[in-house]
Amino acid sequence: MLEFEPFYLTLKLALTTTIVLFIVGIPLAYWLAFNTSRWKVLPEAIVGLPLVLPPSVLGFYLLMAFSPENAVGKFLESYFDLRLVFTFPGLVIASVIYSLPFMIQPLQSGYSMVPVSLIETAYTLGKNRWTVLTRVLLPNMKAALISGFILSFAHTIGEFGIVLMVGGNIPHETRVISVVIYDEVQAMNYKQANIYSSILLIFSFLVLVSVYTVNRRMQKVHYQP
Amino acid sequence: MIEIKLTRKLFGANGEMNLSLDTIIQQGELVTIYGPSGAGKTSVLRMLAGLLKPDDGLIKFDGNVWFDSSKGIHRRPQLRNIGLVFQDYSLFPNMTVRGNLEFALQKGQSSGIVDDLLELTELQNLRDKKPATLSGGQKQRVALARALVRKPNLLLLDEPLSALDSVMQSKLQDYLLQVHEQFKLTTILVSHDISEVMKMSRRVLILENGRVEKDGAPGDVLPLDGFRQWERKS
Repeated sequence: MLEFEPFYLTLKLALTTTIVLFIVGIPLAYWLAFNTSRWKVLPEAIVGLPLVLPPSVLGFYLLMAFSPENAVGKFLESYFDLRLVFTFPGLVIASVIYSLPFMIQPLQSGYSMVPVSLIETAYTLGKNRWTVLTRVLLPNMKAALISGFILSFAHTIGEFGIVLMVGGNIPHETRVISVVIYDEVQAMNYKQANIYSSILLIFSFLVLVSVYTVNRRMQKVHYQP
Repeated sequence: MIEIKLTRKLFGANGEMNLSLDTIIQQGELVTIYGPSGAGKTSVLRMLAGLLKPDDGLIKFDGNVWFDSSKGIHRRPQLRNIGLVFQDYSLFPNMTVRGNLEFALQKGQSSGIVDDLLELTELQNLRDKKPATLSGGQKQRVALARALVRKPNLLLLDEPLSALDSVMQSKLQDYLLQVHEQFKLTTILVSHDISEVMKMSRRVLILENGRVEKDGAPGDVLPLDGFRQWERKS
């Protein structure tokens, strides 16, 4: 029988992760786009690490960090009564780190595509950086915002390795759809695995179609002064 | 009155160049800066606007220090009360014509000036249009009107008409002269068009390789005989 809870948990994780990524990504990508320091390559490389690292490596270090046996986990548990290993909040933090480049890179290129003269004009009109961000930059990089949203959301839905490492396989808490598929295959329930997999496949395909549609529109309706 | 005494090392297509300017511009004057591409004209405007920091020197407007390297003062563009019009218009594509002007309103400023400026620049019928649907001349009128919303003390125009045809150029030159008089502005216009300099200003600074080669009335200092030759070179 098809379970609906893993779908619900997967969507809840993807949505929460994407919202947190927006909150973190908008200022971080702004800093990366406009900072001219030569040390910028270090945070840039750190943000991009999840693109090249196997999820199990990242998952392993997060598992170690979150463990109540170690300093960070002990601190969180004793001061905030917060346990991150095998819990939903821990899964969200791991997903945010893992999907960070999928939010940062579209936003960073979105900021860079807004002509500098628009920013400078706003400064000469007496506007501060906050006003420039909210009224000039963000409204003129909608395609980048949409790309960042869709890619982060879709990437979180497709997570497996890091989910298994940090979240485990706990029903009602961390048992997301990719873990369920793995379980069904282990139990040789190929029919069930096929149903879950095909739903995920169609969903991911639709997501990519929408990303490419947005990108095409972005190329066509480029900035006209 | 603006006292300008500044130097800055620039790196351009022709290699390294030392830009140096030492002049005084009187309140209400319309001064043009004329010279070939790469002479440093735009950099001068950017330094006056606060968008580019001079290496050394002093900029003083009506007794207020905008830049003083000896005291480490560099006022941000937001605090200089200037109007700057770029050659590429730089209109905000996400806002309507009216929205572009309203964006320039300062805290507590009445929006009446937006309507006045839309009327002055004959843009009332276009006020709800987005910039992408406007012609070059219309865009430049919006950019000019927007620069005036703040009631600037100093208007800086960076080759604002060079992308337009000659009929539109002539019409907009009349607009510029009208607003310069009406708003009692001090205006600095960068131009590489001799006829524009002749029409618009009584004083021109001729800038070459980062230095003011001549300063005076356009009829006296412009190379009128050889200007066709100069244009071919630049």
